Amino acid sequence: MADALLRIAGLAKRFGGIVATDDVALDVPEGELHAVIGPNGAGKTTLIAQLSGQLMADSGRIHFAGVDITRTPAWRRSHLGLARSFQITSLFLDHSVLDNVALAVQAHAGHSFRFWRNARLETGLRQKARAALEEVGLAHRADARASLLSHGEHRLLELAMALAGQPRMLLLDEPMAGLGPDESARMVAMLRRLKQRYTILLVEHDMEAVFALADRISVLVYGRVIATGAPDVIRANDQVREAYLGEDDHV
Amino acid sequence: MTLFIEQCLNGLQLGLLLFLLAAGLTLVFGIMDFVNLAHGSLYMIGAYFAATFASWTGSFVFGAVLAVAATLLVGMVVEVIAIRRLYGRDHLDHVLGTFGLILFFDELVRLIWGPGGKSLPVPAFLDGSFEILPGIQYPVYRLAIIAVTLAVAAFLYVLVMRTRIGMLIRAGASNREMVGALGVNIKLLYTLVFGLGAALAGLAGLMQAPILTVQIGMGENILILAFVITVIGGIGSIRGAFIAALLVGFIDTLGRSFLPNLLVDLVGRQAAFTAAPALSSMLIYILMAAVLVVKPQGLFPAGSR
Amino acid sequence: MSGAITLRNGVIAALLLALALLPLYVQLTGDRFMLTLFSRIVILAIAAVSLNLILGYGGMMSFGHAAYLGIGGYTVAILAFEGVPSAFVQWPAALAASALFALIVGALSLRTRGVYFIMITLAFAQMAYYLASGTARYGGDDGLSLDTRSTFAGLIDLSNKTTFYYVCLVLLFGSILLVWRLTNSRFGMVLQGVRSNEARMRAIGFPTFRYQLAGFVIAGTMCGLAGALIANHTEFVSPSMMFWTRSGDLIVMVVLGGMGTLFGPVFGALALLFLEQFLPAAISTIVHPFNPAGAAKAGEFWQIVLGPLLLVVVLFARGGIDGLLRALSDRAHAQRKRGHG
Repeated sequence: MADALLRIAGLAKRFGGIVATDDVALDVPEGELHAVIGPNGAGKTTLIAQLSGQLMADSGRIHFAGVDITRTPAWRRSHLGLARSFQITSLFLDHSVLDNVALAVQAHAGHSFRFWRNARLETGLRQKARAALEEVGLAHRADARASLLSHGEHRLLELAMALAGQPRMLLLDEPMAGLGPDESARMVAMLRRLKQRYTILLVEHDMEAVFALADRISVLVYGRVIATGAPDVIRANDQVREAYLGEDDHV
Repeated sequence: MTLFIEQCLNGLQLGLLLFLLAAGLTLVFGIMDFVNLAHGSLYMIGAYFAATFASWTGSFVFGAVLAVAATLLVGMVVEVIAIRRLYGRDHLDHVLGTFGLILFFDELVRLIWGPGGKSLPVPAFLDGSFEILPGIQYPVYRLAIIAVTLAVAAFLYVLVMRTRIGMLIRAGASNREMVGALGVNIKLLYTLVFGLGAALAGLAGLMQAPILTVQIGMGENILILAFVITVIGGIGSIRGAFIAALLVGFIDTLGRSFLPNLLVDLVGRQAAFTAAPALSSMLIYILMAAVLVVKPQGLFPAGSR
Repeated sequence: MSGAITLRNGVIAALLLALALLPLYVQLTGDRFMLTLFSRIVILAIAAVSLNLILGYGGMMSFGHAAYLGIGGYTVAILAFEGVPSAFVQWPAALAASALFALIVGALSLRTRGVYFIMITLAFAQMAYYLASGTARYGGDDGLSLDTRSTFAGLIDLSNKTTFYYVCLVLLFGSILLVWRLTNSRFGMVLQGVRSNEARMRAIGFPTFRYQLAGFVIAGTMCGLAGALIANHTEFVSPSMMFWTRSGDLIVMVVLGGMGTLFGPVFGALALLFLEQFLPAAISTIVHPFNPAGAAKAGEFWQIVLGPLLLVVVLFARGGIDGLLRALSDRAHAQRKRGHG
């Protein structure tokens, strides 16, 4: 069996009496777009948090590109090639859009114990930042203050920052959250493009997007993976229909 | 041996006084998420009020009761005028705003009472010593402090754990909007909690007055100790404050009384007596640092009351 | 720095010029007191600049910054006491001691957040205070006097007040220059990023702890320098320099002047010390027509204004003096545009 790029085994996390992640096992081969769906409270964001390193799992193992990253701090995982976007927009609001992305580039461009030269004049950083903005279609907003962007533009900026570090794999936490129909369609098109270059773990509520993009889907309910498989298989799975697809979570 | 028992009692008494002070601080902190640097000022005001009212009425007890009431009032007025505008803001804003209040109160007290400080003598009926154990005399007044503070501690426990108001206080800590939606007047609740904290501080201030001091700036010295206790005990936890306060009271008192003699042989007389109080104060900070290393949220983090 | 001719930049330029020309004014008027006052303002401005680096730009609420004034000051005083008056030994030692203290405090405190961070930094400063207060050899609570100011092997005479003032001023300009370069550098970007959104900084790949620690050490060292200067200025050091309320004073300066701005700390130090000096007289003048007898006394209570003033700034003018100047500049600029349009 070819080694998957991301391999999760027996992952578990509790908060007091609540089991947020219950013996989760998952494999994502390189190049796959793997969607994780589930009702609210299923533990999807907690799962992403453990994969990105914001939270430490109580037990289990996470392997990325063959390396055991279960206890690796978040910042180091980013350097191994694992990038994430946030469900609730988490940006540097008092900085410009370009500054935001340039910071993400800077993190991967050597150390930052440089005290004298003006970082905004480093063409290397600025160029890579602009490239990431081009990729998501935000280049025209480069000099705007991040706090002044629309919600849709925020979600794009989230994506740009994840891409800026030139990762191997993206952990996307509900990139379509709060987007209207037009913006959603654009985001789906962009994700389809990105799919060709990056391995993606996509947490989403938008079922249309999920079934349009995913190579495989895992269904998370109460912290447990109750089914994993190709979209058609999942759509037909009785357990899944009962637990999740029956409820109209997507408005 | 006598000395040791005496010092232990002193440590108990100091610890209980510090508990009164820290309880108010941790309540306000835990429930309104508010850092109140001016808590020490309320402590000072309680002492000053008591000194004045006691001399006006000729009665210590009467003066004390009036002083607590007056401090309660001052606390509530300050909350309405200044404190409530800072809720929800960055802790830095709390620190700055209440720092300004410290400056204001220090000057106000100086304006009203003058720079010289005041005196509040031990009342006649509490004067003298009591033989608590064969051959061991202990000042009645200090025993009274112990009794009063224990009573207040019991009252606080009952209030927070067993009454509806206490329930509201605890609920308000975890979910303001919900409690507000239930028709409870959150604003009033917060004002009352702040007032309660002020009253506790004022009580602590007036009780220590006969044995320690009534002077401007007395709040600044003791405030840090109260904060340290709050942090060690766990922010928002009255039980934590109680245990931490006793710990600190013992360490401080026993340190001050026994360290000099321990050090004299090492560094000589003068050095030992200069170093001892400083060292016992340092011990308390070291204790706090040690606790935070092992339990970053304090001994009894919020949620375990 | 924009370089544009704005009201704010004009005020800053005028201020810097005035500071540079102060000794000339003193020579002309013979008002030597101003030299003493402004030396103190400049030194405290350096301390405020250093605190602004970690507080204003870095978002680290250190409530123990006055400790470095004490550490720097005591290093100089102790060395002088032990027979080493040479600045070439004292000042590097003061910087090294401050850096070391900052390294230890930072390493232990920066693992905590919020109010716990405030308390730990405050606790360490209090420990420094108690250490000084408990050491009988160096005066304990009574403090320690300096018999001589730091000597520079005859090159610079610090006992000449004008020379001393210029040394302080040059060092102030130097620290502002340093902070300017720092905050625009890669390092500064990281510090400010952490202030803005720490979780995101870690997610994009920054090991934030080491950068914050470095910033903490730089700020502590810079403040240690201010401590060495103040020891020379007052020719006396005492534990009270490090009491937690002095750290509060520094924070007030930074916030009053405008947090996270280049010249805010200078405005803040000026404002605070100006208020200290001139508010009593101002109050007396105002009260005098109404109550000649009580006027002088009224002036003594200037701090009663300072307290509420601070509260008002926190509530309504969070950007401090620099913020106000910017707002005025913008308004003036808008009016000029309208006038030309």
